[in-house]
Amino acid sequence: MSILDKILGRDEEPADGDGPKNEAAGYTLKIRRYDPESGETAFWHEYDVDIAPERSVLDGILYAKDHEDASIGIRCSCRAAICGSCGVRINGKSALACNTRISDAQAKAGRGKPIVVEPMGNMPVLKDLIVDMDAVHWKKIQRVVPWLLPDGEPPEREYIVPAESMIDVTQSMACIQCGVCVSACLSLEVDPEFVGPAALAKAYRFVGDPRDGQTEERLRDLAEDPHGMYDCTHCFACIEVCPKDVAPMDQIMRLRRRATGDYEIKDKNNGYGHGKAFVDMIENWGTLHEAQMLPRSFGDGSMIKGQTEPGAVKQLVEALPTAIRGLKSGKVTPKAVLFHPKLPDQDNVRKIYKAIESQGERLELNLYIVADNSADEEGAMAEGTKEGLA
Amino acid sequence: MPQHDVLVIGAGLAGQRAALAAAETGASVGVISKVHPVRSHSNAAAGGINAALDPEDSWESHAFDTVKGSDYLGDQDAIEVMCREAPDEVLRLEHLGVTFHRSDEGKLGTRAFGGASAARTYYVADITGQALLHVLYEQLMKHDEVTRYEEWFTTALARDDSGRLAGAVTRNIRDGSLELFTAKAVILATGGNGQIFNPTTNALICTGDGIAMAYRAGAPLMDMEMVQYHPTTLAGIGLLITEGARGEGAHLLNAEGERFMENYAPNKMELASRDVVSRAEQTEINEGRGFPDGTVALDITVVPRHRILQSLREIVNVGRDFAGVDITSEPIHIKPGNHYVMGGIKTDIDGQTDVPGLYAAGECACVSVHGGNRLGANSLLDTLIFGRRSGVHAAQMGRGMAQPTPAGSELAREREAIQSIISRDRSGRRLSEIKAEMGKVMDEQVSVFRDEERLRGALEVVKRLQEEVKTVAVDDKGSVFNQDVLGALELQFMLDNAECIVMGAIERKESRGAQFRTDFPERNDDEWLKHINLTADGDIPAVSYSDVTMTQWEPEERTY
Ligand SMILES: Cc1cc2nc3c(=O)[nH]c(=O)nc-3n(C[C@H](O)[C@H](O)[C@H](O)COP(=O)(O)OP(=O)(O)OC[C@H]3O[C@@H](n4cnc5c(N)ncnc54)[C@H](O)[C@@H]3O)c2cc1C
Ligand code: SF4
Ligand code: SF4
Ligand code: FES
Repeated sequence: MSILDKILGRDEEPADGDGPKNEAAGYTLKIRRYDPESGETAFWHEYDVDIAPERSVLDGILYAKDHEDASIGIRCSCRAAICGSCGVRINGKSALACNTRISDAQAKAGRGKPIVVEPMGNMPVLKDLIVDMDAVHWKKIQRVVPWLLPDGEPPEREYIVPAESMIDVTQSMACIQCGVCVSACLSLEVDPEFVGPAALAKAYRFVGDPRDGQTEERLRDLAEDPHGMYDCTHCFACIEVCPKDVAPMDQIMRLRRRATGDYEIKDKNNGYGHGKAFVDMIENWGTLHEAQMLPRSFGDGSMIKGQTEPGAVKQLVEALPTAIRGLKSGKVTPKAVLFHPKLPDQDNVRKIYKAIESQGERLELNLYIVADNSADEEGAMAEGTKEGLA
Repeated sequence: MPQHDVLVIGAGLAGQRAALAAAETGASVGVISKVHPVRSHSNAAAGGINAALDPEDSWESHAFDTVKGSDYLGDQDAIEVMCREAPDEVLRLEHLGVTFHRSDEGKLGTRAFGGASAARTYYVADITGQALLHVLYEQLMKHDEVTRYEEWFTTALARDDSGRLAGAVTRNIRDGSLELFTAKAVILATGGNGQIFNPTTNALICTGDGIAMAYRAGAPLMDMEMVQYHPTTLAGIGLLITEGARGEGAHLLNAEGERFMENYAPNKMELASRDVVSRAEQTEINEGRGFPDGTVALDITVVPRHRILQSLREIVNVGRDFAGVDITSEPIHIKPGNHYVMGGIKTDIDGQTDVPGLYAAGECACVSVHGGNRLGANSLLDTLIFGRRSGVHAAQMGRGMAQPTPAGSELAREREAIQSIISRDRSGRRLSEIKAEMGKVMDEQVSVFRDEERLRGALEVVKRLQEEVKTVAVDDKGSVFNQDVLGALELQFMLDNAECIVMGAIERKESRGAQFRTDFPERNDDEWLKHINLTADGDIPAVSYSDVTMTQWEPEERTY
């Protein structure tokens, strides 16, 4: 179950192939093939595979390779979601083939329908299910200066750092560079220059590491890059698909909180204003006042009150088509721009803000440890509940 | 024709560490890997890395545990080097950015591991290998004086007229082109060969390529019979449940619910050496006290849940995704499974093999620090220490030397061999069928308990398969990512490895470490306290022996 499903308390759909465990069952894989040397375009081919329901889609593909056609191209090695080789799209969803159970994939495809396997998105296809990770994923990783830059000479023994901080960055360290989030990212589809979820998570691995001496420079760099940390549209896709619970979008949010909260970096992308507007609005109304989001983001206050900062006007004008489209579609009504209802229990929202602000330091969620939704363990859960509020 | 001072083949921990060390001396370095470096199998190492870093601990204690763990077959000079240099190496990696687990005071914290007399295993949750590998790769991205050949597959080593190593023939997987690389020194860091066995904890890429290439180039292989069966692997697919689980206190139970290790290792219980625990489990299973699926149970529920989630997260996932078991609430069925090869290319403590200019480090090498049985968390250490030492030595050796000239025939020969596989029409069995037969016979006849008759049977099968693979055909006729033809080359490599493993096992007529001969059930120091070396020599390897280096520890009986 993805993290998102867990958060939303969605239950997994029942698996197909209800036969007893370990018994082989028949599945059909519909694989998108592409041979760059043939001069022809990609085509689909179906393979019948006979494997047990709890085996993976990768096992299915390997079965097809072993029994029928060994020329099917797919990178794979560990079979255990560790090496990060086997990212593909299964029934349209980006995932590792080796940790997607074939019976689950069948359930998603629907009874009697083939399981559709395609190469990952947002990266050029080299052959069959193999994409060019260098051209996209690794280029972006390289972009975030992916190595530790400590100040001065290292100590004689280890760096003394808080235990929690190491656990904290271990969540992004858990990334296996599989590119599945890159494949799923909506912002990347629109803006191929976007640094992207995996590379930004990698950036947090250094920003969150107390041993690194370039925290502010890293944050400034990624805040000011128009394709940097503010180019993410919070679509949750990366969180949902990541096989290692790295939760890239959360790491991006932490980068932003660091940039705005700790360093007050006022970037030209106006991410600072956007974030602040967001927080202020929830404090006032409890829900987002969408019509006010744009003006508030670009000024330090409401457009109506005429407090927009001059520097932001240009960008606001550029964003006007969006607002007009909103008005036309009825999503934003002129009335809504002026009046926004408060939540009935807005007082509670204010209390939460007070509670958080009274804490000395900002609290960060550590999903890495709270990878479980049962609440029987004080130590681990405490951290989780805290962030539930932030 | 790419040229380097030092050419490293393999980019797991050993290869990356060697490359970094060589580059730091100013040498020009090329690193070749058949998969992207972070896909290397080192990333699977979950448990941790050993070092006597705590002032209360001592490298001598670590060394003694290792000597004892090796069943006295490890070379004590090499073990001393490894254990003495371990603390600095761990600190070095910490400084480079590894996010090691900390104690409450913010210092490096440890966990207990099997066969060790102190808790000296340093770790990053249960992704230690991955964390180390990714941090080293960060350094490779930083050092642009290291040229990376990612997704290039080495098919053979090349020598010059004097017999000195001069380079390697390598195929660019992306376009199928074949290149002759030249170098003053070549370091093999190609990892283990677990895929010979089925099932195995090893990844699909662990096919013993470097071991076979070195063997074909005339380097002796040492103690190849020493193959580790890990006590806790999932039945069927063979995935590993880290020893960290037992380190955190998990119990082993037979089908009667009995904590059977009491009968085999009353002091160390579940944390006895791996060979001891694997034999205990196999005995329980063979004598009918296992579960019907041929397993015993690992009960992790006795470990506090918060601790499991914090430091054994990966196996929570493995249990859930690959066995459908929630290990925090129920025991999981496990059995001994192929895991690691202690034997390999014979080297000295600087990684030099018997062939001038050829080095080896990591799992493909046999220094030997593991002897008859490797202790958990000593392999990562081995890769780093001897990877670094090889890198430094190779770079120094090459300084001032002229670029050697490979004898020339190698490139043409490899090109022709590959072409003939690709153009051959199918007759006979598929590659996958030959591989499956090899995996089965090795697991059934060359595993925890061995005897002469079944070993001879296995050798016959391996020899037959070696013939069969010479005429095997492939489905993929293309140049771009032709994984099929690489599979054929790997299968040939694996069969050479298999032959040497079986030969060594037949040769060693005693029980020591991982080798248990039911027909020779005792350790026999008088005759067999020695290494077995195998050298390519026509149809069957030539056997010779070398002494085990002793410094300060005399062989004793081994109890846990
Ligand atoms: C599941 C598992 C868990 C483990 N846990 C631990 C642990 O907790 N602690 C511990 O100390 N040890 C552990 N080990 C053992 C340890 O991980 C390995 O022994 C070690 O990582 C091997 O490293 P290496 O650098 O020698 O080889 P690898 O990491 O296997 O790298 C081999 C490299 O060689 C390259 N290569 C191979 N053939 C070719 C070719 N023909 N051409 C080009 N490149 C090639 C590959 O691409 C790869 O880059 C574990 C092993 C397994 C299987
Ligand atoms: S949340 Fe942001 S980074 Fe993640 S997939 Fe959506 S747009 Fe991309
Ligand atoms: S963040 Fe997750 S999905 Fe993205 S590359 Fe890393 S492990 Fe893969
Ligand atoms: S095969 Fe390694 S991640 Fe799937």
